[in-house]
Amino acid sequence: MIQRTENSQFDKFQALTIGTERLLHRSWRQPLQVRTSTELLLDRNDPVLTMSSTIFSSRSAVYAKKALHKHPKPAVKAADKSAAADKNVELKGGQKRVVPANKASRFYPAEDVPQPKKSRKAAKAASVRSSITPGTVLILLAGRFRGKRVVCVKNLESGLLLVSGPYKINGVPLRRVNQAYVIATSTKVDLSAAQIDEKFNDAYFTKKTVSNKKGSEEEFFEGEQKKKVYPETKANDQKNVDKALLEAVSKVPHLRQYLASTFSLKKGQFPHQLKF
Amino acid sequence: MLHQGSFQRQVEVGRLVLINYGKDSGKLAVIVDIVDHSRALIDGPTTGVSRQAFAYRRLTLTPFVIKDLPRAAGKTALAKALEKNDTIGAWNKTSWAQKLSGRVARAGLSDFDRFKLKKFKSQVKTIDMRKKERRAAVGPALAQLKKQQA
Repeated sequence: MIQRTENSQFDKFQALTIGTERLLHRSWRQPLQVRTSTELLLDRNDPVLTMSSTIFSSRSAVYAKKALHKHPKPAVKAADKSAAADKNVELKGGQKRVVPANKASRFYPAEDVPQPKKSRKAAKAASVRSSITPGTVLILLAGRFRGKRVVCVKNLESGLLLVSGPYKINGVPLRRVNQAYVIATSTKVDLSAAQIDEKFNDAYFTKKTVSNKKGSEEEFFEGEQKKKVYPETKANDQKNVDKALLEAVSKVPHLRQYLASTFSLKKGQFPHQLKF
Repeated sequence: MLHQGSFQRQVEVGRLVLINYGKDSGKLAVIVDIVDHSRALIDGPTTGVSRQAFAYRRLTLTPFVIKDLPRAAGKTALAKALEKNDTIGAWNKTSWAQKLSGRVARAGLSDFDRFKLKKFKSQVKTIDMRKKERRAAVGPALAQLKKQQA
């Protein structure tokens, strides 16, 4: 008899035995006929055959047929990234043996664990809308500088916009913004003469990882007293960029005051009806 | 022309109308013929309105009428009559027309233009205030001087 060692295994055996019973039952009722494979395929009335011959091509169709949504998904473990290399071991007799870093399991999984599908999609940087070009005056809509009018310096590769207040005018430093949180105005600052350094890319704005000395005595005594100082190089970068911007801004009357002012909707104004 | 009760402007051939609906909204046209109780045939050869039947409820009557315009006058005849009387020019001088054109101009302002407008308005305000203040300070003294001279 079948030993009930594990639930799922038992189910599988049970299913097998039921299947054979059915077949046997058929043979009792009627003499077994020899049928060609096409005949077998065409026999739609055969309950046993239809069970196996119904072919679902897609993963999602199988999912729907099995009604897997009704059952909680078995948790999928994240792939272990620390893959160690296989070891080459020399045995006593001069033989060589390879010891695999990850030993294969001695058991086959009792339950079907769904493997996560490998995604071949790669996120593409969004294209910047045509109304935004270097020199466009933008209105920031989100973040701590919301309402500020700033100058777009350039479009970065990640699809973000490099923006500067200029800092001297309205306090907005060189920073990256998502174009979704920005209103592009029709006002443009002429930046044709301005030379923007190539070093202002996405990498320039990523934070440097600080060595983690947590828990050490030095950190305990010094860490809290140290005040973060704004790096001088960045302050100089800001000045250099703004120098060109300020020059261009000063050529247009009232533009400086315009950039210094903040945007807000007044009574009876609706953003979709306004022209920017 | 008969005045019917308190109605100052009648639907009549030659009446200058303002379209307030559709793609021609805001344009001027002239009633050329009356189709029925709800529609008139309008035409605006100089204002970019093609000849068409238009419902009264989508028209606003202006105080201007082209006198002695024959019923169902053609395009050229209408254009001539409009030019001869300078009806459009007369309309443009009215405060109504100026208000409308101002509204259009306001809607077309960019964000920067709006900012500048605000600044100019406040400038005008301060200038006016200063004038008033000066008048208030100097006015009585001036009056006294004038009295003495007299």
